[in-house]
Amino acid sequence: MAGNSISRSVNTSPFYSRQLRGFTIKALITLFAFMILIVYLLPFGNMVLISLRSSDMLALTQDSSIFPLIPVTYSYEGKEYPIVEVPTDNGVQQWALVKKGRQASQFVDPANPDAGLIDWDGNWRILTEVQEFSPYFDNYPTAWEEANFPRMFGNTLVIAVTGMIGTLLSCISVAYAFARFPIPGKNILFIILIGTIILPSQVTLIPTYAFFASIGWVGSWLPLIVPHFFANAYNVFLLRQYFMTLPRELDEAAMIDGAGPFRVLISVIIPQSWAAIIAVGIFHFVFAWNDFFGPLIYLLSKPELQPISVGVQIFNFQYGPHPELVQATSLMAMVLPLVIFFFAQKVFMRGIVITGVEK
Amino acid sequence: MNSQSASAGVAAAQNTPRAWSIEKRQRFWGWVFLSPWIVGFTAFTAFPIAASLLFSFMDFKIGEEMHWIGLKNWQTLVTDPITLQSLGVTIKFGLIALPVSILFPLALAALLNSKQVVGKPILRVLFYMPYMVPAISGVFIWQSFLNGQTGWLNRILRLIGIVDPPNWLFDSAWIHSAMVLIGLWGVGNAMLTMLASMQGVPTELYEAADVDGAGPFTKFRKITFPMISPVILYNLVLTTIGLMQYFVVPFVISSTTRSNPDTNFINLHLYRTAFQYFDMGYAAALAWFLFAIGLLLTIGIFATSRRWVYYSGGDS
Repeated sequence: MAGNSISRSVNTSPFYSRQLRGFTIKALITLFAFMILIVYLLPFGNMVLISLRSSDMLALTQDSSIFPLIPVTYSYEGKEYPIVEVPTDNGVQQWALVKKGRQASQFVDPANPDAGLIDWDGNWRILTEVQEFSPYFDNYPTAWEEANFPRMFGNTLVIAVTGMIGTLLSCISVAYAFARFPIPGKNILFIILIGTIILPSQVTLIPTYAFFASIGWVGSWLPLIVPHFFANAYNVFLLRQYFMTLPRELDEAAMIDGAGPFRVLISVIIPQSWAAIIAVGIFHFVFAWNDFFGPLIYLLSKPELQPISVGVQIFNFQYGPHPELVQATSLMAMVLPLVIFFFAQKVFMRGIVITGVEK
Repeated sequence: MNSQSASAGVAAAQNTPRAWSIEKRQRFWGWVFLSPWIVGFTAFTAFPIAASLLFSFMDFKIGEEMHWIGLKNWQTLVTDPITLQSLGVTIKFGLIALPVSILFPLALAALLNSKQVVGKPILRVLFYMPYMVPAISGVFIWQSFLNGQTGWLNRILRLIGIVDPPNWLFDSAWIHSAMVLIGLWGVGNAMLTMLASMQGVPTELYEAADVDGAGPFTKFRKITFPMISPVILYNLVLTTIGLMQYFVVPFVISSTTRSNPDTNFINLHLYRTAFQYFDMGYAAALAWFLFAIGLLLTIGIFATSRRWVYYSGGDS
């Protein structure tokens, strides 16, 4: 009795109820956040479930189920009959519909087929078919072959990796120059560099295209690769910020030991900067993987050279009446960037924050 | 700046004739390391910008002799109904898209910054994830999601009692709203930078506000917003420029559904002019026109920023 009254007094103490209220608020707001997240990601669910339908299942109307379902059948005396739900005196039974009739129909009970046909009074049309969840995975191999994914993957990889090498070489070099060397007018040059971030790309488009056309590069990978050997503002900025945080004493110690600027870069700066360098590499890889406009204008007439973005668009344009294939290709096109992101998300998001917040 | 004073320090310490040559050598190597950008900037930025302007006064089709036609392209530009219509579409869409592209990531960032939310790391990764989806996949995924008959959005709307939900991408009245929805998957970077900036606000400010009895809304308006305003400015400028380059979504939608004046965005119009009608001279005029608008908008945004952007460390 005494213990009970003590615990009750603890329960109703203002401290306890405030704590309880705190937990409740936390739970509610967290729940709210996760609900927003689920709504935000709903289109992924839509994609996956459409991609798992066979084209037979795609009598796509608003009444069709969102799940890939097929009717369950039962084979009786060598023939397939649909299983339906039949209301009887003993509750709803799942029976195979053998003989359809407007007034009465005949069924067989799959659990007890030896009992023979069962008569049932009523219109068979009101009965609902039993369906089962049956994902259809063949869309993936079909789309893989029809859209020639191996070729598109290969093309994309070559474009992305060579461009990444160019980006890394040039941006590391330029960032090193901005971070460590006494160049006259360096501040103005740096402002010009950053200014190119807000330059709409169209303003350089026509002459650049005309130039590549005149040297015969249109219809090749070169316009998508070569410009990346000349540095770009985002990545230079990220690397420069990173290099500036590195202590100069190590550079100077190396220089006293007789190291030239290249040696310092390779044996002092780069080994300390892997996080930033990996971030830049991933940025470029993902950019190249997702880039659409460049391949569109330079490779439209060369299907054999097209990367995944343009290849998927052209395939999906032709296969528009097959939403299951369109959704399957969309999923296959995004797998690699997402996998890379999940593995490298710390380094990646840190890089975004440096370029976005510190400017 | 830092490097100059540091190497000047080294030079002063050594105080020998050789110190000069070190300084000179450093300068030389600086230019060497900078050279990729100098070459790239000249070849792929400065020169093309100038050439674009020149082309805008030319009749220029790839593979044909170009010749000077003076202001003709520019005269077409201000009278061509398709150009004016595409400009109108871009502005009309921008008026909805721009606020959403700032407010939605801002709300997400505020939610992820809340002390009341558990599981923030996983939330942050998953809210960011759609940004990594290739734009082309994203458009097809959303096209299916927004399908009037079978898309999940309309199924949900019917479930909650909306009998006749819009056929989003086929209805002139709804297509821009649908495209804003598609754009919601592109806010990852904005959300992440706003969140990081919010996390950098000194907690003493909030403690002081608590002492003064300020509520959460006042705290957001008087502390959080001013402290993160530089990042909002940055995102506003980038989104404005991005709007002028808006391409993949209208391109795919207008190629897989019917061609529609509502998807005739200015950049798509430029693409068609240059690469379907091969009128490079006129496209160059359009490009320069966009460049000028972009510059004016950026200057305009920076001009208003004095009133609402707060730099805690003096100017930046």
